[in-house]
Amino acid sequence: MSSWINLSAIWKIVVFGLLAGAGLPALFAIGMVSLTRGGRSPRQATATAGTAGPGAGNDVLIGGSVIGMMIAAVCFLIVLAAIGWGIFEIYQSGHPAK
Amino acid sequence: MHNDLILVLVVITALCFDFTNGFHDTGNAMATSIATGALGPRVAVGISAILNLAGAFLSLAVAATIASGLVHTADVTLSVVAAGLVGGIIWNLLTWLFGIPSSSSHALIGGIIGATLAAAGIAGVEWQGLVSKVIIPAILSPFIAGLVSACGTWLLYRISRDMTTRARSHGFRIGQIGSACMVSLAHGTNDAQKTMGIITLALITNHTLPTGSNAPDWVIVSCALAISAGTYLGGWRVIRTLGKGLVEIDSPQGMAAESASAAVILLSASFGYTLSTTHVATGSIIGTGLGKKGADVRWNVAGRMATAWVFTLPCAALVGAAAEGLTHLIGGTAGVIVALAILAAVALYIYLRSRATKVDHENVNSEWTGSVAPGTDEAMAAGTSEPSAG
Repeated sequence: MSSWINLSAIWKIVVFGLLAGAGLPALFAIGMVSLTRGGRSPRQATATAGTAGPGAGNDVLIGGSVIGMMIAAVCFLIVLAAIGWGIFEIYQSGHPAK
Repeated sequence: MHNDLILVLVVITALCFDFTNGFHDTGNAMATSIATGALGPRVAVGISAILNLAGAFLSLAVAATIASGLVHTADVTLSVVAAGLVGGIIWNLLTWLFGIPSSSSHALIGGIIGATLAAAGIAGVEWQGLVSKVIIPAILSPFIAGLVSACGTWLLYRISRDMTTRARSHGFRIGQIGSACMVSLAHGTNDAQKTMGIITLALITNHTLPTGSNAPDWVIVSCALAISAGTYLGGWRVIRTLGKGLVEIDSPQGMAAESASAAVILLSASFGYTLSTTHVATGSIIGTGLGKKGADVRWNVAGRMATAWVFTLPCAALVGAAAEGLTHLIGGTAGVIVALAILAAVALYIYLRSRATKVDHENVNSEWTGSVAPGTDEAMAAGTSEPSAG
């Protein structure tokens, strides 16, 4: 059976797939939400489900909260770094040193 | 056997296959972005073309030649390769005509297997390789991609639920562009290799290159350009099905779908599986319909696609076998030329048929009225049950 299905590869693809394919976009989303936070208390928005918190009323992407922007920057940097690392890995494994 | 004329014809045919591969798969990366307006149609295919070009150069891990794990290389002759390509191209064009996203990889593999079967019989095919490296990944990958995409979609909506619709759409459109670019890159990395592998195989079979050679530079460049050119042409019919026919997509879904696709394709490649990017992309798009509450999946369209997928390998194999049979019957160079001439005629016919229900960058986003042919007067009048172009 194991020569027909490589179970170990499959579960790794699922796990890393979830991390990269769902996790990175989620991180991006968190960054985006942080970015839209307005100048007041950034923590209120998530506590009130559905109704307008300080950031939720914003129609624009950049809300102005400094902490929000910092969190966003960190999130986006991680996402970009992960992507960059991924591309680098592909290049590495695709150009084996002779 | 050493026949440079056939070799040249085979190389040209392989590049044509690469070209059809390009436009068949543009939708995998760009359909969701075009559907939500994150990217204009022509910009999208332009970016995708460039990234496919880059991706083709990014990795030279020519997946152990598409054939060597699937057929016994000793049984491969130039006419087998030519016949295999004929099978692959015809199936690709037919599914394109009906706007069905189907696997170009499977079309190619099917064609080659069919031709090998006709030339060398059952013993010529590596059945275990076929099942474990092609068929099982093909069945599993859409589900894995769908799972990742559904989770991603749910997460994205959950995290962004306090945002206004406008801000959310705007923000995720930016995200969409990034993820769509990743898929284009992944596609170039994944798919251009196949044709490079086939051409290299042909070169080795013709004794122009020693066994075990890597793809020469001119092969790499020409394949990269061919797939890039095909990508730019757009494959609007398939883009339309993926972007509008399956699920009505909003930008968070688009981003989740493309991110899932990129992740699964690249991860699988690193484990040595060359996947069908189409299966993965479609699985992601359906997953994104499942991950969002209230989203609608058009299961009849999905069902039609699944049917096409199941039939791809066998049908392409049939055409490949027929082509090889014909070539063998006529014999020698003339046989191959006749087969390729028939291919050209069929291709022309399909192209002319497609003009009747033209889909291009202008109507790719029109309302889905039941078939890939957008809003013609008869289609509108007949309602959504018209079976028409597939």
